[in-house]
Amino acid sequence: MSKPVVATASLAGCFGCHMSLLDIDDRILKLIELVEFNKSPIDDIKTFTKQCDIGLIEGGCCNSENVENLRDFRKNCKILISVGECAIMGGLPAMRNGISVKECLEEAYLNCPTVDDNIIPCDDELPMILDRVYPCHEIVKIDYYLPGCPPRADLIWEALVALLEGRELDLPYEVVKFD
Amino acid sequence: MSEINITIDGKKIKAKAGQIIVEAARENGVYIPTLCDYEGIKPAGTCRICTVKIGGRNMAACTTPVAEGMMIENDVPELNDFRKAIVEMLFVEGNHMCPVCEKSGNCELQALAYKYTMLAPRFPYLWPQRTVDASFPKILIDRNRCIQCLRCVRGVTTTDGKHIFGLVNRGGKAIISIDPELAKEMTEEMAEKAMELCPVGAILKKEVGYAVPIGMRKYDGKPIGSEYEK
Repeated sequence: MSKPVVATASLAGCFGCHMSLLDIDDRILKLIELVEFNKSPIDDIKTFTKQCDIGLIEGGCCNSENVENLRDFRKNCKILISVGECAIMGGLPAMRNGISVKECLEEAYLNCPTVDDNIIPCDDELPMILDRVYPCHEIVKIDYYLPGCPPRADLIWEALVALLEGRELDLPYEVVKFD
Repeated sequence: MSEINITIDGKKIKAKAGQIIVEAARENGVYIPTLCDYEGIKPAGTCRICTVKIGGRNMAACTTPVAEGMMIENDVPELNDFRKAIVEMLFVEGNHMCPVCEKSGNCELQALAYKYTMLAPRFPYLWPQRTVDASFPKILIDRNRCIQCLRCVRGVTTTDGKHIFGLVNRGGKAIISIDPELAKEMTEEMAEKAMELCPVGAILKKEVGYAVPIGMRKYDGKPIGSEYEK
């Protein structure tokens, strides 16, 4: 039997969740035995080359590229998991949700004391910024949620292994934290 | 004082006449979760986390006094899911960003979410527009995190009994307001007390933050209420 295939992505996130995934110590060797990675920043595969079993999504959606990426993951992954506060509720980027996009861009590119070009970037190559930051489950169907900032390495590990073994999650109190 | 016999989830408990259910339960090693209730201040029953079932009816255990022969259901799946739903509602109706909140790890709302293993709220986020007011010398108020439990309103007063915090407006427009004149006269101790009374990170004492490292905060290792359970 071929190994289950895992894909990962960081949308509007900081890669902290990916760092936490790598923080599983020597279990990382077991992970390589257990699963095969497809599209992921970990192996630098840029596009899906096959149907995946598990997709791990870090970060919410703050621009059009995030949305396309997330939809691509939904299409190519049987199980999609929101990993971390940003994927689940927008997190730090969602602090702009009460502020208009215009005001955000003006503050960042026009009024900020350290800018000198004073132009708001606008190019077809650049993804369009969304009106607010969307949690992943507001864009596509998400199957599971792993909270934390970042989620504890033990939480990610336990969730992955439980999924692969087809058993219920056993979450000790210490591993489910929101910060 | 006369003794009253009640049962909670089948456990026989002796309570004092006139005692509130939550208090009687805790004295006997049974934890009924609370959020708006605070020992020493008058209960208000605003949050309904403490909802228990008495004779098939849902009642707030923080406002209901014990009565002879009362049969109370507390730690049962139906009520626990109900409580979890309230926690989730409180999370989506405010802007609760735990990673950037000073109260994280010491927050009672968060601790209840941990207790009920809330992985993500079942309700859609509302993203309300709320304000932050840091114009007072000793404290700041971040209404994004306020759950309107009214603990500050009930528990923080000046030495001559004036209320520093108040609830203004009604319904969805209701906010906690601070009397600027009285707030100017707040002492260190009063600011400390206000921050401690606030179950979430809405009222914070200025010029101090993140004093306790991650891992050593109140709810990092032990679930809320575990100190009462026997």
